[in-house]
Amino acid sequence: MLHRFANPTRFLRLSAALLPWTAGLTLVLLIAGLYLALFGSPADYQQGETVRIMYVHVPAAWMALFCYSCMAGASAVGLIWKHPLADMAAKATAPIGACFTFLALVTGSLWGKPMWGAWWVWDARLTSVLILFFLYLGYMALHNAFDDPTRGARSAAVLALVGFVNVPIIKFSVDWWNTLHQPSSVVKMGGPAIHPSMLTPLLLMGLAYTTYYVWVLLLRLRGEIVAGKVRAIRLRQAHG
Amino acid sequence: MTVDTITSFLHMGGHAAYVWPSFVITVVVLAALFVHSLSFLRAGEAALKGLKAEDEASDET
Repeated sequence: MLHRFANPTRFLRLSAALLPWTAGLTLVLLIAGLYLALFGSPADYQQGETVRIMYVHVPAAWMALFCYSCMAGASAVGLIWKHPLADMAAKATAPIGACFTFLALVTGSLWGKPMWGAWWVWDARLTSVLILFFLYLGYMALHNAFDDPTRGARSAAVLALVGFVNVPIIKFSVDWWNTLHQPSSVVKMGGPAIHPSMLTPLLLMGLAYTTYYVWVLLLRLRGEIVAGKVRAIRLRQAHG
Repeated sequence: MTVDTITSFLHMGGHAAYVWPSFVITVVVLAALFVHSLSFLRAGEAALKGLKAEDEASDET
């Protein structure tokens, strides 16, 4: 079953059909989410208008963790079953996850300054997310550090799996340590502690980021498959 | 919408310097990554097309 869809030729056909849908869905969700975030939602009674930063900050942080989990999962499949498409999926996810982590850090900094009075504090949540950003960069650097792409993929996959220990640390950092960062208001026992007028744009932005990830992942995966073909032809030509 | 409501909207309760850059950088980074991914794919496709044409030309000789 897995191998049926993981065949590169079949993947190219399937992704060509999916691309316009993911593109359209991303744009519709993003426009609706941004509209509600900026116009259709109230200011917070404590944080005022700065609460609007939440709608771009929180989903970026969710995606930073989600992309890393996907990258680690795909790396594990690539290591165990040696499936080339799994390696490519992990490699294609890394820059997307790095961008989301970068956005979570920058928008967090822009939110921290007016609320905490500091652009940056070395607390558990912020520091562990910064480490996540460096893990993405390390993964990409290691992947490209070898002449033999399969060796690069294997080394990077091991790094992705070892670095996965950071994901639960980030998730629970706000519970385990006394941090400045506030704990989750959406995913908690007894349902979300956030008003629907704020929850709706937040979830819309979260969905938009998810479909954006799928959209760009499909594009990058197609790019990786084509780059692999180019590499194979060049090798064949070089060896006559 | 009057000019006053637009001005106060852009003012963001005095936090315009933090709210607007957050949204702008999000859109810029996501757009840039999309453009990079698309050009990566297009460059690969162009290289593949060139190599295949080369292959066919060398087969004929």
